[in-house]
Amino acid sequence: MGANGHYESFPWKHIIGFLLSLVLTFAALWVALSSGLPLKAVIVIIVLFAIIQASLQLFLFMHVNESDSGKVQTFNMVYSFFIAVVVVAGSIWVMQFVL
Amino acid sequence: MPLEYRTQESRLNILGFWIFLGAEVALFATLFATYLVLFQRTGSGPTAAELFEVKDVLIETLLLLTSSFTCGLAIFEMRRGRMSGLIAWLLVTLLLGVGFITVEIREFIHYVHEGATMQTSAFLSSFFVLVGTHGAHVSVGIGWMILIIIQLLQRGFTPKTARKVFIVSLYWHFLDVVWIFIFTLVYLLGMVI
Repeated sequence: MGANGHYESFPWKHIIGFLLSLVLTFAALWVALSSGLPLKAVIVIIVLFAIIQASLQLFLFMHVNESDSGKVQTFNMVYSFFIAVVVVAGSIWVMQFVL
Repeated sequence: MPLEYRTQESRLNILGFWIFLGAEVALFATLFATYLVLFQRTGSGPTAAELFEVKDVLIETLLLLTSSFTCGLAIFEMRRGRMSGLIAWLLVTLLLGVGFITVEIREFIHYVHEGATMQTSAFLSSFFVLVGTHGAHVSVGIGWMILIIIQLLQRGFTPKTARKVFIVSLYWHFLDVVWIFIFTLVYLLGMVI
Protein backbone atom coordinates (compact mmCIF):
# COMPACT_ATOMS: atom_id res chain seq x y z
CA MET A 1 0.00 0.00 0.00
CA GLY A 2 1.58 3.26 -1.03
CA ALA A 3 1.01 6.60 -2.68
CA ASN A 4 1.10 4.95 -6.10
CA GLY A 5 -2.46 3.68 -5.85
CA HIS A 6 -1.72 0.06 -5.03
CA TYR A 7 -3.91 -1.14 -2.15
CA GLU A 8 -3.59 -4.30 -0.11
CA SER A 9 -6.71 -6.15 0.91
CA PHE A 10 -5.33 -7.22 4.28
CA PRO A 11 -3.17 -5.10 6.64
CA TRP A 12 -0.18 -7.47 6.64
CA LYS A 13 2.36 -4.71 7.26
CA HIS A 14 0.52 -3.56 10.37
CA ILE A 15 0.08 -7.05 11.79
CA ILE A 16 3.72 -7.99 11.19
CA GLY A 17 4.82 -4.65 12.73
CA PHE A 18 2.59 -5.17 15.75
CA LEU A 19 3.73 -8.76 16.39
CA LEU A 20 7.42 -7.85 16.00
CA SER A 21 6.92 -4.87 18.35
CA LEU A 22 5.37 -7.17 20.97
CA VAL A 23 8.24 -9.66 20.61
CA LEU A 24 10.84 -6.87 20.93
CA THR A 25 9.07 -5.37 23.99
CA PHE A 26 9.00 -8.70 25.87
CA ALA A 27 12.51 -9.62 24.70
CA ALA A 28 13.83 -6.30 26.05
CA LEU A 29 12.01 -6.89 29.33
CA TRP A 30 13.52 -10.37 29.62
CA VAL A 31 17.04 -9.20 28.73
CA ALA A 32 16.82 -6.39 31.31
CA LEU A 33 15.26 -8.25 34.23
CA SER A 34 15.92 -11.99 33.88
CA SER A 35 18.82 -12.70 31.52
CA GLY A 36 21.61 -12.09 34.05
CA LEU A 37 23.85 -10.58 31.34
CA PRO A 38 26.42 -7.93 32.33
CA LEU A 39 25.06 -4.37 32.58
CA LYS A 40 26.85 -3.06 29.49
CA ALA A 41 25.54 -5.91 27.35
CA VAL A 42 22.00 -5.33 28.67
CA ILE A 43 22.16 -1.63 27.78
CA VAL A 44 23.48 -2.28 24.26
CA ILE A 45 20.84 -4.95 23.56
CA ILE A 46 17.79 -3.06 24.88
CA VAL A 47 18.80 0.18 23.10
CA LEU A 48 19.26 -1.82 19.89
CA PHE A 49 15.79 -3.38 20.34
CA ALA A 50 14.31 0.11 20.90
CA ILE A 51 15.88 1.43 17.69
CA ILE A 52 14.56 -1.56 15.71
CA GLN A 53 11.07 -1.11 17.18
CA ALA A 54 11.08 2.63 16.44
CA SER A 55 12.06 1.83 12.83
CA LEU A 56 9.17 -0.65 12.57
CA GLN A 57 6.77 2.12 13.65
CA LEU A 58 8.26 4.58 11.16
CA PHE A 59 8.29 2.26 8.15
CA LEU A 60 5.41 -0.19 8.72
CA PHE A 61 2.92 2.05 10.56
CA MET A 62 3.79 5.62 9.50
CA HIS A 63 4.96 4.81 5.93
CA VAL A 64 7.73 7.40 6.28
CA ASN A 65 9.15 6.54 2.85
CA GLU A 66 5.89 6.71 0.87
CA SER A 67 4.75 9.62 -1.37
CA ASP A 68 6.84 11.94 -3.55
CA SER A 69 8.63 13.43 -0.54
CA GLY A 70 9.38 10.02 1.01
CA LYS A 71 13.13 10.47 0.66
CA VAL A 72 13.03 13.94 2.24
CA GLN A 73 10.86 12.63 5.10
CA THR A 74 13.14 9.67 5.73
CA PHE A 75 16.25 11.86 5.68
CA ASN A 76 14.55 14.36 8.01
CA MET A 77 13.80 11.63 10.57
CA VAL A 78 17.25 10.02 10.27
CA TYR A 79 18.84 13.43 10.78
CA SER A 80 16.62 14.19 13.80
CA PHE A 81 17.65 10.88 15.37
CA PHE A 82 21.28 11.79 14.70
CA ILE A 83 20.69 15.09 16.56
CA ALA A 84 19.04 13.15 19.40
CA VAL A 85 22.02 10.79 19.72
CA VAL A 86 24.47 13.71 19.73
CA VAL A 87 22.46 15.59 22.39
CA VAL A 88 21.93 12.55 24.64
CA ALA A 89 25.33 10.85 24.32
CA GLY A 90 27.14 14.20 24.34
CA SER A 91 25.39 15.32 27.53
CA ILE A 92 26.12 12.04 29.33
CA TRP A 93 29.76 12.13 28.19
CA VAL A 94 30.37 15.76 29.22
CA MET A 95 28.51 15.57 32.52
CA GLN A 96 30.30 12.47 33.79
CA PHE A 97 33.34 14.72 34.37
CA VAL A 98 31.26 17.24 36.35
CA LEU A 99 28.95 15.26 38.60
CA MET B 1 -3.14 7.97 -5.01
CA PRO B 2 -4.70 8.01 -1.50
CA LEU B 3 -7.13 10.86 -0.84
CA GLU B 4 -4.84 12.61 1.65
CA TYR B 5 -2.15 13.13 -1.04
CA ARG B 6 -4.41 14.45 -3.82
CA THR B 7 -3.90 18.21 -3.45
CA GLN B 8 -0.53 19.92 -3.39
CA GLU B 9 -1.53 21.75 -0.20
CA SER B 10 -2.17 18.42 1.55
CA ARG B 11 1.14 16.98 0.33
CA LEU B 12 2.95 20.03 1.74
CA ASN B 13 0.98 19.80 5.01
CA ILE B 14 2.08 16.19 5.44
CA LEU B 15 5.71 16.98 4.60
CA GLY B 16 5.55 19.93 7.03
CA PHE B 17 4.22 17.66 9.74
CA TRP B 18 7.15 15.29 9.28
CA ILE B 19 9.49 18.25 9.76
CA PHE B 20 7.56 19.14 12.94
CA LEU B 21 8.08 15.57 14.15
CA GLY B 22 11.82 16.01 13.57
CA ALA B 23 11.68 19.05 15.87
CA GLU B 24 9.77 16.97 18.43
CA VAL B 25 12.56 14.39 18.36
CA ALA B 26 15.00 17.20 19.23
CA LEU B 27 12.70 18.38 22.06
CA PHE B 28 12.47 14.92 23.60
CA ALA B 29 16.23 14.41 23.10
CA THR B 30 16.95 17.34 25.45
CA LEU B 31 14.59 15.88 28.07
CA PHE B 32 16.15 12.40 27.73
CA ALA B 33 19.62 13.95 28.02
CA THR B 34 18.62 15.79 31.21
CA TYR B 35 17.08 12.65 32.69
CA LEU B 36 20.00 10.37 31.83
CA VAL B 37 22.50 12.83 33.31
CA LEU B 38 20.50 13.22 36.55
CA PHE B 39 18.72 9.92 37.15
CA GLN B 40 21.24 8.64 39.70
CA ARG B 41 21.04 11.92 41.66
CA THR B 42 18.31 10.69 43.98
CA GLY B 43 19.24 12.76 47.07
CA SER B 44 17.27 11.54 50.07
CA GLY B 45 14.40 10.31 47.83
CA PRO B 46 13.77 6.85 46.37
CA THR B 47 15.86 5.45 43.51
CA ALA B 48 14.41 4.39 40.17
CA ALA B 49 14.77 0.71 41.09
CA GLU B 50 12.84 1.26 44.35
CA LEU B 51 10.07 3.21 42.65
CA PHE B 52 9.25 1.56 39.32
CA GLU B 53 6.90 -1.40 39.08
CA VAL B 54 7.11 -3.75 36.10
CA LYS B 55 3.35 -4.40 35.99
CA ASP B 56 2.27 -0.75 35.60
CA VAL B 57 4.95 -0.05 32.99
CA LEU B 58 4.05 -3.14 30.98
CA ILE B 59 0.33 -2.24 31.02
CA GLU B 60 1.10 1.30 29.79
CA THR B 61 3.45 -0.03 27.10
CA LEU B 62 0.95 -2.59 25.80
CA LEU B 63 -1.93 -0.06 25.79
CA LEU B 64 0.05 2.50 23.80
CA LEU B 65 1.59 -0.05 21.43
CA THR B 66 -1.83 -1.57 20.68
CA SER B 67 -3.31 1.91 20.16
CA SER B 68 -0.57 2.67 17.63
CA PHE B 69 -1.49 -0.57 15.82
CA THR B 70 -5.24 0.22 15.80
CA CYS B 71 -4.47 3.76 14.58
CA GLY B 72 -2.60 2.15 11.66
CA LEU B 73 -5.65 -0.02 10.96
CA ALA B 74 -7.80 3.16 10.91
CA ILE B 75 -5.65 4.58 8.09
CA PHE B 76 -5.77 1.22 6.32
CA GLU B 77 -9.59 1.37 6.41
CA MET B 78 -9.57 5.02 5.27
CA ARG B 79 -7.50 4.09 2.22
CA ARG B 80 -10.05 1.43 1.35
CA GLY B 81 -12.76 4.10 1.61
CA ARG B 82 -14.53 2.52 4.58
CA MET B 83 -15.84 5.27 6.86
CA SER B 84 -17.34 2.92 9.47
CA GLY B 85 -14.08 0.97 9.82
CA LEU B 86 -12.10 4.19 10.07
CA ILE B 87 -14.31 5.66 12.82
CA ALA B 88 -14.44 2.36 14.71
CA TRP B 89 -10.63 1.95 14.79
CA LEU B 90 -10.17 5.61 15.73
CA LEU B 91 -12.56 5.10 18.67
CA VAL B 92 -10.65 1.97 19.77
CA THR B 93 -7.42 4.00 19.51
CA LEU B 94 -8.95 6.75 21.65
CA LEU B 95 -10.14 4.28 24.26
CA LEU B 96 -6.68 2.70 24.52
CA GLY B 97 -5.15 6.18 24.73
CA VAL B 98 -7.47 7.13 27.58
CA GLY B 99 -6.59 3.83 29.27
CA PHE B 100 -2.88 4.64 28.94
CA ILE B 101 -3.23 8.13 30.39
CA THR B 102 -5.42 6.83 33.26
CA VAL B 103 -2.81 4.23 34.27
CA GLU B 104 -0.05 6.85 33.97
CA ILE B 105 -1.89 9.40 36.16
CA ARG B 106 -2.55 6.68 38.76
CA GLU B 107 1.16 5.77 38.60
CA PHE B 108 2.12 9.43 39.24
CA ILE B 109 -0.37 9.76 42.13
CA HIS B 110 1.02 6.54 43.62
CA TYR B 111 4.56 7.97 43.46
CA VAL B 112 3.48 11.22 45.10
CA HIS B 113 1.79 9.29 47.91
CA GLU B 114 5.08 7.46 48.45
CA GLY B 115 6.76 10.83 48.91
CA ALA B 116 8.31 10.87 45.43
CA THR B 117 7.30 14.30 44.11
CA MET B 118 8.78 16.61 41.49
CA GLN B 119 10.61 18.51 44.27
CA THR B 120 12.14 15.42 45.95
CA SER B 121 15.28 14.98 43.85
CA ALA B 122 16.93 15.79 40.53
CA PHE B 123 16.02 12.26 39.40
CA LEU B 124 12.32 12.84 40.06
CA SER B 125 12.26 16.37 38.61
CA SER B 126 13.72 15.14 35.34
CA PHE B 127 11.57 11.99 35.43
CA PHE B 128 8.29 13.88 35.83
CA VAL B 129 9.27 16.46 33.18
CA LEU B 130 10.21 13.81 30.59
CA VAL B 131 7.38 11.34 31.19
CA GLY B 132 4.91 14.18 31.92
CA THR B 133 5.74 15.91 28.62
CA HIS B 134 4.99 12.65 26.83
CA GLY B 135 1.74 12.25 28.82
CA ALA B 136 0.76 15.83 27.92
CA HIS B 137 1.35 14.97 24.25
CA VAL B 138 -0.92 11.93 24.56
CA SER B 139 -3.62 14.08 26.20
CA VAL B 140 -3.40 16.63 23.37
CA GLY B 141 -3.60 13.75 20.90
CA ILE B 142 -6.80 12.46 22.53
CA GLY B 143 -8.47 15.90 22.27
CA TRP B 144 -7.22 16.34 18.70
CA MET B 145 -8.51 12.93 17.59
CA ILE B 146 -11.96 13.61 19.09
CA LEU B 147 -12.19 16.84 17.05
CA ILE B 148 -11.11 15.02 13.88
CA ILE B 149 -13.77 12.33 14.39
CA ILE B 150 -16.43 15.06 14.76
CA GLN B 151 -15.27 16.67 11.49
CA LEU B 152 -15.30 13.27 9.76
CA LEU B 153 -18.90 12.68 10.85
CA GLN B 154 -19.94 16.15 9.68
CA ARG B 155 -18.04 16.35 6.37
CA GLY B 156 -17.32 12.77 5.33
CA PHE B 157 -14.32 11.85 3.17
CA THR B 158 -12.77 14.87 1.47
CA PRO B 159 -9.12 15.50 0.55
CA LYS B 160 -9.02 17.82 3.58
CA THR B 161 -10.51 15.51 6.20
CA ALA B 162 -8.44 12.57 4.89
CA ARG B 163 -5.28 14.67 5.23
CA LYS B 164 -6.25 15.68 8.79
CA VAL B 165 -6.88 12.05 9.78
CA PHE B 166 -3.55 11.02 8.25
CA ILE B 167 -1.64 13.75 10.13
CA VAL B 168 -3.22 12.94 13.49
CA SER B 169 -2.31 9.29 12.86
CA LEU B 170 1.33 10.28 12.28
CA TYR B 171 1.24 12.20 15.58
CA TRP B 172 -0.23 9.21 17.40
CA HIS B 173 2.34 6.72 16.04
CA PHE B 174 5.07 9.19 16.98
CA LEU B 175 3.89 9.15 20.61
CA ASP B 176 4.54 5.41 20.65
CA VAL B 177 8.00 5.95 19.12
CA VAL B 178 8.83 8.27 22.05
CA TRP B 179 7.33 5.79 24.53
CA ILE B 180 9.56 2.96 23.24
CA PHE B 181 12.55 5.02 24.38
CA ILE B 182 10.90 5.98 27.71
CA PHE B 183 10.17 2.27 28.30
CA THR B 184 13.78 1.35 27.48
CA LEU B 185 15.88 4.23 28.82
CA VAL B 186 13.75 5.26 31.82
CA TYR B 187 11.95 2.17 33.09
CA LEU B 188 14.07 -0.81 31.98
CA LEU B 189 17.36 0.99 32.64
CA GLY B 190 16.04 2.27 35.98
CA MET B 191 15.11 -1.22 37.09
CA VAL B 192 18.50 -2.67 36.04
CA ILE B 193 20.91 -0.10 37.48
